[in-house]
Order: sequence, then C-alpha cells, then structure tokens
Amino acid sequence: MIHFVVHEEGDSVGTIVVEGIQSGQTLTGWIMEQDKTVELATRSDIPIGHKIALSDLSSDDTVIKYGVDIGRVVAPIKAGEHLHVHNVKTKRW
Amino acid sequence: MINQDTTFLGYRRENGRVGVRNHVIILPVDDISNAACEAVANNIKGTMALPHPYGRLQFGADLDLHFRTLIGTGCNPNVAAVVVIGIEEGWTKKIVDSIAATGKPVLGFSIEMHGDHDTIMRASRGARELVQWASEKQREVCNISELWVSTKCGESDTTSGCGANPTVGNAFDKLYEVGSTLCFGETSELTGGEQLVADRCRSPEVHAEFMRMFNRYQDMIDRHKTSDLSESQPTKGNIAGGLTTIEEKALGNIQKIGKKCVVDGVLDKAEAPTGPGLWFMDSSSAAAEMVTLCAASGYALHFFPTGQGNVIGNPIVPVIKICANPRTVRTMGEHVDVDTSGLLQRDMNMDGAGDALLDMMLRTANGRLTAAEALGHREFVLTRLYESA
Repeated sequence: MIHFVVHEEGDSVGTIVVEGIQSGQTLTGWIMEQDKTVELATRSDIPIGHKIALSDLSSDDTVIKYGVDIGRVVAPIKAGEHLHVHNVKTKRW
Repeated sequence: MINQDTTFLGYRRENGRVGVRNHVIILPVDDISNAACEAVANNIKGTMALPHPYGRLQFGADLDLHFRTLIGTGCNPNVAAVVVIGIEEGWTKKIVDSIAATGKPVLGFSIEMHGDHDTIMRASRGARELVQWASEKQREVCNISELWVSTKCGESDTTSGCGANPTVGNAFDKLYEVGSTLCFGETSELTGGEQLVADRCRSPEVHAEFMRMFNRYQDMIDRHKTSDLSESQPTKGNIAGGLTTIEEKALGNIQKIGKKCVVDGVLDKAEAPTGPGLWFMDSSSAAAEMVTLCAASGYALHFFPTGQGNVIGNPIVPVIKICANPRTVRTMGEHVDVDTSGLLQRDMNMDGAGDALLDMMLRTANGRLTAAEALGHREFVLTRLYESA
C-alpha cells in the first residue's frame, strides 16, 4: 500500500493519501516522477491529504513541492513530522 | 480514446456552434425581474429561470460585464431559445438584440406599464411556443473539435494536485491535439506558479497580456487585503484538506493545463475566444463565478476537479466532477462523476485516468446527466467589479 506520494525527487514533502496514519508508523511513499518507493517513519498523526516532512527543516528554509518553492518554514520541523500552516507560511501576500 | 475522427451527438445551432443541452431559459435582466421569470418557468414546463441579484445602477466596465455575461449566457449553444424579462425596455432590448444576432429565437418583455401579471401571461405564451419548438430539435453527429471545454477546480486539497487536476491536464493535452477550444482561468490562484503559465504562452504578446492580467489582480489583492489571505486563499476547506500556502495550491491548480497545451490567447471575463486552442480567462477563483463566466464565453462542457468535495453545478453547462481523494469519494460519492482515487495507489495510471474522463465527457455530451445536473445544482453567479452607482 502507498501511504504517501511525492511529486518528484528533491521535494521536501510527501502527501498522505490514506486515512488514519499515526505517529510511529513506518510508511511507504511513492515518488511519482521517478517511479520509486521510499520508507519513512512518522513522528505525528497525519490526516489524509496533509503533508509529511521528508527531511529536517529549519526556520526560514524554503519548502519544495513539484520541484518549486511553496513557502517558508516558520518553526523547525523534523523528518516524519506533520508540515502545515502551524510551521509553514506563504512568501506571497 | 479520442482522435480527429471522434464524434458525439450534439445540437447544432443557427450560427454553427454546437451545444450538448437544449435548454429554453427565462433570463432576468435585473434582480427585480426574477419573480416574473420564475413564474414563467413555473407555468411552462421544460423552461428554466436563471435568477440573479444584480442589474440595477451598474455602470462602466461593471455594467459591460453584466451585459456580456447575460448576453453570452443566452448565446451559449446549450441554449435553444431565450425569453428575456427586464423592468424596463431599453436594457431588455439590448440583451434581446444581441442574443438574436446568433439566429436563435429570443423574445423580450418589460414589466413597466404592464405589471407582473400581464408580463407573466405574455411571456408564458411566448415561452410555451419556444419550448415546443425546441423539443423537436434533434441531436446530430458532430466532430470532437466542435466541443468547447472549460476547467476550474474547487475545494481543492493535496490530492487535487497529484490526482484530479493532472487527470484534467491529461484530457486537455489530448483535446488540444484534436483541435478543441479550451479554457482555464483563476488569476489569483496561479500565484506562485505564474511563471510556469507565462512560459507556456504562444507568443511574446500573449505572455505580456497574461502578465498584465496577473499583475493587475495581484495589485487588487494588495490594495484590499488585511492579512495574508489565509482562510480565503487557501480557503478553510483547502487548509482542512492539507493545502498550506497559495503557492502550493497554485502549483496543483496548474496541473489542469497538462504538459503539452500551449496558452494560445487570453480572454477578458465572459469574452468569447476567436479560435481553437487553450485560452486563459482573467477571472475570479470562486467556483460559481468562474463557471458562469465560462458558460457566458460559450463553453459547452466543464471539467471540475475537486479534493474535499465542492458540489457546484451550472444551469446551462454540465459540470463533470473529478475526484482522487478516497475519503471524499466515500463520503460524497453522489457528487463525483469520475473517481480517479486509484491514481494514488498506482491502480490507475495518468493516461488511463485522462481517458476515463474523456469517456465520461463523451457520454455527458451525448446526453448523460452529470451528478450536479441530477442533484439540481444550478449556481448562476455574476461577477461584480465594484459598487453600483
């Protein structure tokens, strides 16, 4: 089963695509562009559709998805943690 | 799935355009004519009123857009005939004359000097004749290149960007190749990915015009914003679905124009394209506003990918919903026409998903009711540019 998908290699995040993911689970991810699978342990409960950090990120780091900048980190994030509006903000507006 | 010889059964109108529905609409010029229009639609079965809240004391570009939207709605090839009702004669006649230029039957009635009773009686007599005339229209074989298809996504989440939106992109790439007329828009929702769209423009002129429209919209947002727009763009629904920033939402949104389509031109709101290809329309990202504008530009079918489950429809244009979020498909399945959730488990590939959408497009064009049509979703929402005078 695929637990999360990554658009392309180099992205900072994966998207959870199944319901009920809990902290401590080992997840299988599918990198769509390169058609590869990876494994990663979660450090948070993450709802379907929400994102998991693939590596450690520090404040002011840029988050990459689709190979493109989608915002800046405003609180440190560890690999496997839930990445969302509590730790990432837009660089626009 | 489709090639240059693919056909569907459509209604060929007097001006040569092809529709996929055969509506007789009762169109109010203004808010205060809604009651008369609804009474006529109630009297004459098979007609449909399109009530809306505007049309009084508008002026300048905002009034031009009001007329363009109502006239475009009447001219849409999914509409066989039109009854227009307004409070006074002048603006009513302006809309009647512009729709009549397509060659389709259109009747106009104004309420002043008559009152609702007499207007409803006269308009009902006319509407009965039109609906009986329209009911004899037959579908005929039409080439796929004659089908105009627009797209806009709504209540997006992260599954939109990796499932439903690239499904539309795959279908758009295939439709572009057979010479269809296509449209996308949502100016503010390209923020963060605008360069990717600009790079796909056909010519330096189209590029410049696209960037002018994009920057104008950004300036408007900058002038009026009181925050970083979180909860508006992305919406609360988007955020609940896992989208974090406007940039992330925009990059998902842009998947709808596929990998091969070129942006051949740009359109003002409710403006009709002048040839085949992919057109960008400067437009709101609010679902009902955007779909209403596409319908007024003449598009006959709409692809609407959703993640969290937007339930929108349109009175005259079938809105086909595509969803890749398995939870939404499970909890809101009655709203979903094409389920592409298999993409996220590798049970389906993108080419297969695009073909599944094109198959549903042809079935819908041939007459199958969409989920939104069966559920009675007829959101008709006019875009306003500023206050009335």
